[in-house]
Amino acid sequence: MKKIISYIINRIITALLYISGSITSIIVILIVIFLFSEGAGMFGQEPTEKGFILAVNKTNKVSHLSAEQTKLIFDGEITNWQKVGGKNDSIILFRMDNITDYFTEEQIGENFEHLPACISKVVDSIPGIIAFVGKTYTDKNFAGKELKVDKLTVRDFLFGQLWFPTAHPVAVFGALPLLLGTFWVSIFAILFALPLGLATAIYIAEVANPVVRNILKPVIELLAGIPSVVYGFFGLVVVVPFIQSVFNLPVGETAFAGSIILGIMALPTIITISEDAIRTTPRSMKEASLALGANHWQTIFRVILPYSSSGITAGAILGIGRAIGETMAVLMVTGNAAVMPHTLLEPVRTIPATIAAELGEAPQGGLHYESLFILGCVLFLITMLVNLAVEFISRRNKRVAS
Amino acid sequence: MNKRIKQQIAFWTLRIMSSIVVLFLVLILGFIISKGIGVINWKFLTTMPEDGMTKGGIYPAIIGTFCLVGGSMLFAFPIGVMSGIFIHEYAPNGFFKNFVQLMTNNLAGVPSIVFGLFGMSLFVNKLEFGDSILAGSLTLGLLVLPVVIRTTEEALKSVNDSFRLASYGLGANKLQTIWRVVLPIATPNIITGLILSIGRVSGETAPILFTVAAYYLPTLPDSMYDQVMALPYHLYVLSTSGTNIKESRDMAYGTALVLVLIVLIANLVANAIRRFLSKKVKMN
Repeated sequence: MKKIISYIINRIITALLYISGSITSIIVILIVIFLFSEGAGMFGQEPTEKGFILAVNKTNKVSHLSAEQTKLIFDGEITNWQKVGGKNDSIILFRMDNITDYFTEEQIGENFEHLPACISKVVDSIPGIIAFVGKTYTDKNFAGKELKVDKLTVRDFLFGQLWFPTAHPVAVFGALPLLLGTFWVSIFAILFALPLGLATAIYIAEVANPVVRNILKPVIELLAGIPSVVYGFFGLVVVVPFIQSVFNLPVGETAFAGSIILGIMALPTIITISEDAIRTTPRSMKEASLALGANHWQTIFRVILPYSSSGITAGAILGIGRAIGETMAVLMVTGNAAVMPHTLLEPVRTIPATIAAELGEAPQGGLHYESLFILGCVLFLITMLVNLAVEFISRRNKRVAS
Repeated sequence: MNKRIKQQIAFWTLRIMSSIVVLFLVLILGFIISKGIGVINWKFLTTMPEDGMTKGGIYPAIIGTFCLVGGSMLFAFPIGVMSGIFIHEYAPNGFFKNFVQLMTNNLAGVPSIVFGLFGMSLFVNKLEFGDSILAGSLTLGLLVLPVVIRTTEEALKSVNDSFRLASYGLGANKLQTIWRVVLPIATPNIITGLILSIGRVSGETAPILFTVAAYYLPTLPDSMYDQVMALPYHLYVLSTSGTNIKESRDMAYGTALVLVLIVLIANLVANAIRRFLSKKVKMN
């Protein structure tokens, strides 16, 4: 009897171990499913505000506009139909509030009962009009023509240059500035962190005496342990004002500030992984080099570094991955302007910062909300690729080493 | 150029660059400590925020972070340790083990904001926990899970195989061996990992933004379905989105210092355990 019970317990615990062993895989798959299912709904939808349509005069040749064009029209930046494929006629904007410019309150009626007819008349009488009106006001007798706004596509999302998720009347979801902003900040962070990190790794692994090494190790652990929000805070109160005064800028919250902070944050990753890679160099290779008359530095430069180069590459890639995914510090110091980055001394906005800043205000289930989940997907895919690349490099290393 | 001189130059360059790295840490810690030390006192740690968070203390944020750390560890620690045991002791070498390890590494690389999105969509919306300690703890738990798994794996790896073989030789089965022999030896190392992950969890902001963190709450949480304030989010609010950023700057310095102290203490304790252990191993 006792034996049976212990056998059963044994089996149960083994089963539990198997389940918890697969939990990370399950979570990764769940993350993919949830992010994608929350976000995928945005594609194929029209980005016009719910319950509203755009209407034009029947004689207008233009039948559809892209979201970007619509935004530029309503911002007054495109003022002629010719620019969007129509005839040469200036564009006249019409919103619901403008109805009083054309009709008196009596004509509209006390309970707005004549409003649909009035709108219809306005749209019919002005050839160059573009009207943003409620769907309920456009019945069968409506004299205008509905103007379609292009449905959201993956291509427009990834390569669109305008990010105005809350714009009226049409939201524009072009994530290119965010993508570029993310890479822009991360790449400069790595350019700044890689030399420092690599030098420190070489120093710890090869040059430093044990006492110095015992000081450096905890320093790096602490750098890795400081919360990102503290880095962000430090950046905000020290680095940002510093940059502002040194470069004489109107605002100090720039890509440069983000790069510095991200660089410092990526240092521990680069250092630990490079150091591990350097340490795997076989003793026999070092000794062979020394026996040939090379000194320590020549051995490091000509033997150890080439041998561990793929490990160092892995460290650099992982560092970029960390920088790309970092949220709070970047959110606090880069100024968050969703524009295409041109120089380092301008505000930029990264994908994680966009999610963190906007999700709180995006109504659940709306296009904006969904677009942020798609951004999350993009971010997840990027870091997944980074991890797979690192995995690939380190696996190949192991094979070469054995 | 003489190769000796070249080496001298190279080594000095390495030294200088390493010192720059140390300098970064000294600058950051020095700044936060020197600015925050005057703010922290018993009253700061144990009273509620007052006057639009420009005066008073950070008591609710400390309690909130305490709840979140406790909750996430309660979830991540058992599962993580079991998962680590599975990967190192049970899983047969081959595709499945490789896959599980790959996925663990992948999960470790997932950005914290993605955990936030996931936690919001699964725990807050789908499972309808709402913005709550439960949702936040689970999200944070998922985030540290790979850390716990990895430390457990490392700890198990450091247990010499001769212990396992001796145990088998005495007639113990696998589970008995793990429970009575392997785990007791590995426990201190696992604890070290636990302490370090506490440091990590207490500073994470992005995962709790949309799952639990509150801007300001006048009361402490009653149940795990309540929202809480948390130290890292509090620091973010104080330094960026508060209504009176200038006036609350002192509070921000204090909060930053408390966060840094948590990490410092976690690291010190973990290091102490590690040093104690390596001495013990040497004695053996």
